[in-house]
Amino acid sequence: MEKRPASFYVLGAFFALFMLFLYGPTITIAILSFQGPEGGLTFPMRGVSLNWFRELFMEQAVGDIWGSFRRSLVLGLMVMVTTVVVSVMAGLAFRQRFAGSTVLFYLVIGSLVIPSILVSMGIGLLFDRTGLGNHWATSAFGAHLTWTLPFGILIMFAVFNRFNPAYEEAARDQGASTGQVFAHVVLPLIAPALVGVALFGFTLSYDEIARTVLASGSRNTLPLEIWGMTTNVTSPVLYALGTLTTLFSLSLVALVILSVTVMQRRRARNGSDAGRGMV
Amino acid sequence: MRRANLNSWLLAAPLTGVLVVFLILPILLIVAVSFWSADEFSFRPDFQFGNYAYLFGSAVAWKVFGLTFMMAIIVWALTLLIGFTIAYFLAFHIRTQKWQMALFLLTTIPFWTSNIIRMISWIPLLGKNGLVNQTLISAGIIDEPLQWLLYSGFSVCLAFVHLYTLFMVVPIFNTMMRIDKSLIEAARDSGASGFQILTNVIIPLSKPGIMIGSIFVIALVMSDFVTTRFMSGSQLANVGRLISNDIGLLQYPSAAATAVVLLISVLLTIGAMLRLVDIRKEL
Repeated sequence: MEKRPASFYVLGAFFALFMLFLYGPTITIAILSFQGPEGGLTFPMRGVSLNWFRELFMEQAVGDIWGSFRRSLVLGLMVMVTTVVVSVMAGLAFRQRFAGSTVLFYLVIGSLVIPSILVSMGIGLLFDRTGLGNHWATSAFGAHLTWTLPFGILIMFAVFNRFNPAYEEAARDQGASTGQVFAHVVLPLIAPALVGVALFGFTLSYDEIARTVLASGSRNTLPLEIWGMTTNVTSPVLYALGTLTTLFSLSLVALVILSVTVMQRRRARNGSDAGRGMV
Repeated sequence: MRRANLNSWLLAAPLTGVLVVFLILPILLIVAVSFWSADEFSFRPDFQFGNYAYLFGSAVAWKVFGLTFMMAIIVWALTLLIGFTIAYFLAFHIRTQKWQMALFLLTTIPFWTSNIIRMISWIPLLGKNGLVNQTLISAGIIDEPLQWLLYSGFSVCLAFVHLYTLFMVVPIFNTMMRIDKSLIEAARDSGASGFQILTNVIIPLSKPGIMIGSIFVIALVMSDFVTTRFMSGSQLANVGRLISNDIGLLQYPSAAATAVVLLISVLLTIGAMLRLVDIRKEL
């Protein structure tokens, strides 16, 4: 193998520093969440305990954490399913040019770059003025979709730009209906990407603040609850909560990576019998 | 052709519906409200330009818009520099695809965790009694803890770089991976140095990725109010906070006027950048 140039080591060191910058703070609060009962928000550690995690589970101690967690979980799942379904449909639509497709595409980009506070305030006002009332499952749900759908649709674009239509043609030539082609050919081929879209849908909703803040009504989602806690909670309980929710997000990512890997392995093993002759 | 159109419309209908109800209508409502009038306690439908006149006559508003643009430019430059370097390292210095994917994944994982928690994570490091100050004091470099590490313009900027560099790395890495390696070999065979290859081959060919990353970062920073409020300890103002403060005082018409001006400035900036790249082709 060719000898590595000096620039490799310089850039490698830069990359390592960047990783430290990226993960250092998170690791720090993970350590500090095990702070002893007398300890504060900074080092040194005054003993090691599970005190702050215990406090999270005592209902009165800190706000409505578990209620807001349940709401965020349900809302995240709602947004996830809707994002996947709507993105796939739109992705299929965009495979052909249709009247208005360019306008719709720029609207999607607009949805991504429009300042979140406008979405939040506009939806908040709309639901307030029309008498519908703001609620996390209606107005905040819509606000989240304006943020998750562009990601979902951009992924679908990337998928269909690389999609080989020969498979569909082959299925159609063998007499498959449009529905059968979608269910037995297209869907299995795009499945790994859909897992990605689902991850975007769930986590972007689960962590969203700016578009939710004026459109969630009287009951907080988890990030809003944490956002509120930052002004009045000054104990490591905040770190304990942060550590738990980070672990939750990380296990979702691990689950997704695992399932995509399994899908690809299975595809590599059972995918094609081309060239093996008639069985 | 007709049939294809109808089919596509049906498939695109849910997307269109969501965007009409939750994007277009709310924005139109904000535009309408920006012409309404308000007193201390309430606001009512009207058609007058007082909110805009007040905004454009306010020295504070001009200053805050200026600060917001400046922050966007600083964060853009930093994220571009760092993001490009990281993507370049991953794309051209890591030799096996397995390692490339592993390190790329490592760079992107924090994106999936909560932004507010990632901001909170800076407290034990940058606070008055934080790790950085403790280290500097015990090393004898400073006597008094540095006050500007947290709740300052510095910490706001740091948090932006921390949260958004990823939006540069991903699209730049993506375009770099599609550069035909034989172009680089050709340049090397013609006697180009590593630096010449970087400036004459890699940077020009990475431009679409750079543009997409820039659009993300600039849009996110210009319209932020959460990061600025938390990381500056409510001490620093930007346009987003101007709007949210007005909303806190129930001054919706004035908030709406500021929001419309912000929207126009963001759309003009992004529109200009979109002319330089065809996003649909780059995905």
